[in-house]
Amino acid sequence: MGAGHAHRLYRHGHSPVHRLPPHCKLAAVFAFVIIVVSTPRESMWAFGLYAVLLAAVATAARIPAAFLLKRLLIEVPFVAFAVLMPFVVPGEQVHVLGLSLSEPGLWGAWNVLAKGTLGVGASVILASTTELRELLLGLQRLKLPPLLVQIASFMIRYGDVITDEMRRMSIARRSRGFEAKGIRHWGVLGKTAGALFIRSYERGERVHLAMVSRGYAGSMPVIDEVTASREQWTYAAALPVAALFICLLGWTL
Amino acid sequence: MHVPDGFINTPVSAATGVIAAGAIAVSLRGARKELDERTAPLAGLVAAFIFSVQMLNFPVAAGTSGHLLGGALAAILVGPYTGVLCVSVVLLMQGILFADGGLTALGVNITDMAIVTTVVAYAVFRGLVKVLPRRRSSITFASFAAALISVPAAALAFTAMYALGGTTDVPVGKVLTAMVGVHVLIGIGEAAITALTVGAVIAVRPDLVYGARGLTAPLKLRVGGELVDAPAAFPVAARTKTSTRKVWGAGLIAALVLAGFVSFYASASPDGLEKVAHDQGIDAKTKKHHTEDSPFAGYSLKDVSNSRLAGGIAGAVGVGATIAVGSGVFWVIRRRRTPSSVQASVREAV
Repeated sequence: MGAGHAHRLYRHGHSPVHRLPPHCKLAAVFAFVIIVVSTPRESMWAFGLYAVLLAAVATAARIPAAFLLKRLLIEVPFVAFAVLMPFVVPGEQVHVLGLSLSEPGLWGAWNVLAKGTLGVGASVILASTTELRELLLGLQRLKLPPLLVQIASFMIRYGDVITDEMRRMSIARRSRGFEAKGIRHWGVLGKTAGALFIRSYERGERVHLAMVSRGYAGSMPVIDEVTASREQWTYAAALPVAALFICLLGWTL
Repeated sequence: MHVPDGFINTPVSAATGVIAAGAIAVSLRGARKELDERTAPLAGLVAAFIFSVQMLNFPVAAGTSGHLLGGALAAILVGPYTGVLCVSVVLLMQGILFADGGLTALGVNITDMAIVTTVVAYAVFRGLVKVLPRRRSSITFASFAAALISVPAAALAFTAMYALGGTTDVPVGKVLTAMVGVHVLIGIGEAAITALTVGAVIAVRPDLVYGARGLTAPLKLRVGGELVDAPAAFPVAARTKTSTRKVWGAGLIAALVLAGFVSFYASASPDGLEKVAHDQGIDAKTKKHHTEDSPFAGYSLKDVSNSRLAGGIAGAVGVGATIAVGSGVFWVIRRRRTPSSVQASVREAV
């Protein structure tokens, strides 16, 4: 649980992007995504340029393309939805390869796919260049309520513990010959979830007592204040400013 | 149901963001009442629980499986405020770390999956517990019904947001049928697992189930051969009069500014779809929407000639109405809760 406890989403490195203060990165990603979302979907070239921007950031962060593409798979459910769209949306029909597709549906699918993918790409780059603890510090720095940040930090720190607990329970079930096949086995899974809840809650109580015995009085001590120099802010702002430029071009052209 | 970026337009995303921020602010206060200074570790651990339980797949039939959403479960096990907080934190972390759900759609996702599910589930649960006989089995039944209704309710809320600000033009009716249809099925699974889980917790640690707190028999002391109610172990702290008015006011102002001022600029030109429709002449064919005669049709006032001003006013009125309805609901709930909590503390004091 101590320092150096990296999560599997993080990719260790010493690139300029890794070195940026977390709140600068968070602010830049948020601004970038907002700008992408508010770009008109007819200016397709703008989205291509956004993708180039993201690729440039990924190169600067020395993230291999394969890693990035694998993480983009999270989008698949919505891709399926987008693929359906040209078939279900009414409107003018276009014939492509013998299929009759609706034009507004195609636009809608393009819109969701392009903006969704860029959003996911930006978040993936953020998560793979920022350590969890730093990310939480950054959120606190961006004036998220401290209590919320504390809850999030506990969730992150104990998420793996609880998930492992669940995996051990699953191993225990299987080693006793259990195999979840259908509705008949929901009872066992419900009891598993119940037991997991009791264990998590009791662990929470123990953690709280341990914290109180070490002098916790409602707020966490901040030992490393993250600060950002003007230079770092400028560096972080390069991405959203470039995106804003493209967006404005997209609106005017 | 994690909504990605670009699926709901900017004004609606911003408005839901304001709603989500307000609800989280209220929940932060409420959770302190539910858990006092243990809030951070306990809510954090419960959030971790929700996060892992969402990975617990339950088989439905022949190779398909679903997973728990957890809103109803959280509300019943740890209380509505902590529940909202836990599910919101899970969604926030999923958005930032796993890129599951867009960052600009955070407000939409939190409003839909954290607030609507939890609040609906808890309202149904409380209502049923009041009506049903005071037994453990009724808690299980009430959790079943709460989870059953909460999932389609979330689907309904999503459809409403889609109708207000969807960027794609799948007809709202179709979205409604698909979403609610699928989520009624998901709701049945969610309900069964939630009820089983709550049942399992009640069997072992009934004191941990927030929704079943009134059910434990009061402790009795035998004083001089006579049974007397034991004094409460923890004296009930006097309700601190922290006013939520400041939070409410700030939220209102922010929402009005966003809706009125931002849409003043945002709605100056028709949105992409309307533009394409206009350019292509498709809109000549589109059917008249049945609310087209409403004074706010197309999010701008009919008789106001300046389109920017009209859009701004319509946005502001919409947010005003939402806040009025929302705070009305909260006011009613508070009104109802205050007398009963006073009674409870009186009973405990005797």
